[in-house]
Amino acid sequence: MSSVQIRDVRKSFGNFEVLHGVSIPIEDGQFVVLVGPSGCGKSTLLRMLAGLENITSGTISIGDRVVNNVQPKERDIAMVFQNYALYPHMTVAENMGFSLKLRNAGSDEINKRVKRAAEILALSPLLDRYPRQLSGGQRQRVAMGRAIVRDPQVFLFDEPLSNLDAKLRVAMRTEIKELHQRLKTTTVYVTHDQIEAMTMADKIVVMHDGIVEQMGTPLELYDKPENQFVAGFIGSPAMNFLKGHVRVNGVATFEGPNGVKLPLKSAPAGSDGRPAVYGVRPEHFTIADDGAEAEIVVVEPTGSETQVFAKVGGEQVVAVFRERHQFNPGDKVRLKPDPSVVHLFDEATGKRM
Amino acid sequence: MAVIAEPVAAQVKRSSLWSRAFESRNFLGAMFMVPAIAILILFLAYPLALGFWLGMTDTKIGGVGRFIGFQNFVSLSKDSVFWLSVFNTIFYTVFASVVKFAIGLYLALLLNERLPFKSMMRAIVLLPFVVPTVLSAIAFWWIYDSQFSIISWVLIKAGLLNHYIDFLGDPWNARWSVVLANIWRGVPFVAITLLAGLQTISPSLYEAANLDGATNMQRFRHITLPMLSPIIAVVMTFSVLMTFTDFQLIYTITRGGPINATHLMATLSFQRAITGGNLGEGAAISNAMIPFLVAAILLSFFGLQRSRWQQGGRD
Repeated sequence: MSSVQIRDVRKSFGNFEVLHGVSIPIEDGQFVVLVGPSGCGKSTLLRMLAGLENITSGTISIGDRVVNNVQPKERDIAMVFQNYALYPHMTVAENMGFSLKLRNAGSDEINKRVKRAAEILALSPLLDRYPRQLSGGQRQRVAMGRAIVRDPQVFLFDEPLSNLDAKLRVAMRTEIKELHQRLKTTTVYVTHDQIEAMTMADKIVVMHDGIVEQMGTPLELYDKPENQFVAGFIGSPAMNFLKGHVRVNGVATFEGPNGVKLPLKSAPAGSDGRPAVYGVRPEHFTIADDGAEAEIVVVEPTGSETQVFAKVGGEQVVAVFRERHQFNPGDKVRLKPDPSVVHLFDEATGKRM
Repeated sequence: MAVIAEPVAAQVKRSSLWSRAFESRNFLGAMFMVPAIAILILFLAYPLALGFWLGMTDTKIGGVGRFIGFQNFVSLSKDSVFWLSVFNTIFYTVFASVVKFAIGLYLALLLNERLPFKSMMRAIVLLPFVVPTVLSAIAFWWIYDSQFSIISWVLIKAGLLNHYIDFLGDPWNARWSVVLANIWRGVPFVAITLLAGLQTISPSLYEAANLDGATNMQRFRHITLPMLSPIIAVVMTFSVLMTFTDFQLIYTITRGGPINATHLMATLSFQRAITGGNLGEGAAISNAMIPFLVAAILLSFFGLQRSRWQQGGRD
């Protein structure tokens, strides 16, 4: 186990820079998730960490050692690939023991460690099978088994669950988290799925267009997004954004589209009249008499909660209620955002105000 | 009434039988197979059967032969030229195939790397395969010519040699010369097919092996070779079959000479059957190739079986 330091790392393919100076400190034993839309550079960063891509500038260190010019095999890391990259001509046991075999470990040692990993991952009955004879979830576990037999300093996961069906994905998510709690190996996990990031991470790094937008614990990111991108990316259904202006007339309010008045707890100093974006999460709406007028468009009950799409000031917003309101499309209701948890972003820069 | 009704009923019945036949999978399947079967029978089964039959007769060109059983084979077994051609064929096949495989694999690995002008180099590698065999054979004939050989000329001008090499006049020189020509001609097929095989190997397997600590050599040994083995089996089967039955190169360059030193079974068969007129004996020589070819096919068949098992499959 080791800490990992990523300092001002840049990556260019030819003249095209895809990472514009990324710095991420990762503590020993931490589970860090790199999340972002496709093309944000998260996989490239992970591959640089693995040594599969060169580092254009900046440094990456694992433990106390700068690994920029260290061969992948010398970095003492293990990676789980998106397509698992299992060796099709080797059995499960051979797949898991391959790295040990290459290091000339004795066959007793290999057997012992493969067995142990197989027990952890419930793969013991499958050790003599070939990858083709396994289901997606089992292959996924073999890929993890191949990583854990080596007992590496750092685990890298590159979108490992994206080839699984929805149900299995949820199950494997828990399994990976449990595995991390058990082994406590430093882990860097790349995904585009913010739910995976929220549920698994000790620390989330939100990336976008080759920069780090924000990093922090899942709830920090959820409660205090630093900019509109993070606010919109984290959380499902996504946060509602309404454009308008801040008004301070004794009480601070937000004047939304078509003059809709929305409550603010307080306005930042000197923000009177400034164009801004009002952000409110779907679950922070309540039905109240002093709320903004809204017209119901679609109602989607999921059982545990109900998602309601409505028009506020001509803009569509989504609200989520745990209570079972009787709404019908076309109904007029009054939706009130909870002012203590609404977010304000600068319209021009997207920064939190 | 019954008299009128009967033909109508029969007509309905007939048309329904017709349309039912066209809706039947079995009937339609058989119909669709007819052209293929006809072609196979006409161009494959009939010549093969005729070859078998001719091999058991003493047919000469222009004459009708009679059945003589295995007498052709008995006389061939005492024929030293026939045995020489068997030896030549095996020698030619073994050396040419092994070298074609080695060079082909090397080229395939090379072309699979990131190289400048990769597509142009791939095109160049294919060239020997594109040129008609007889044309390239004539080119080799000139290259090996006892007076105008460019190889001899270059070596003499370079001061490495003081006399012209008699490429095609000396038995062993001639054998090696035709093997070389065959290699030149056969390498592209092996290289391009193996290259196609290499490209089906997922790069992430190499990355995984790299992270697992494999050196270049170990990656080749533990990833490339086993993943490529099914393709290698197919390519080498084809290569061996094509080399074993080769005719054009030999016939154009040496016509089997000198003193039968480069006669392959195919060229000897042609010489005895067409040039010499002994169709029966020629066919017997051709038939004698069959056991070798079947052995080569079986070998690769079992090779393929094994690698399919290696890669798993449904249990």
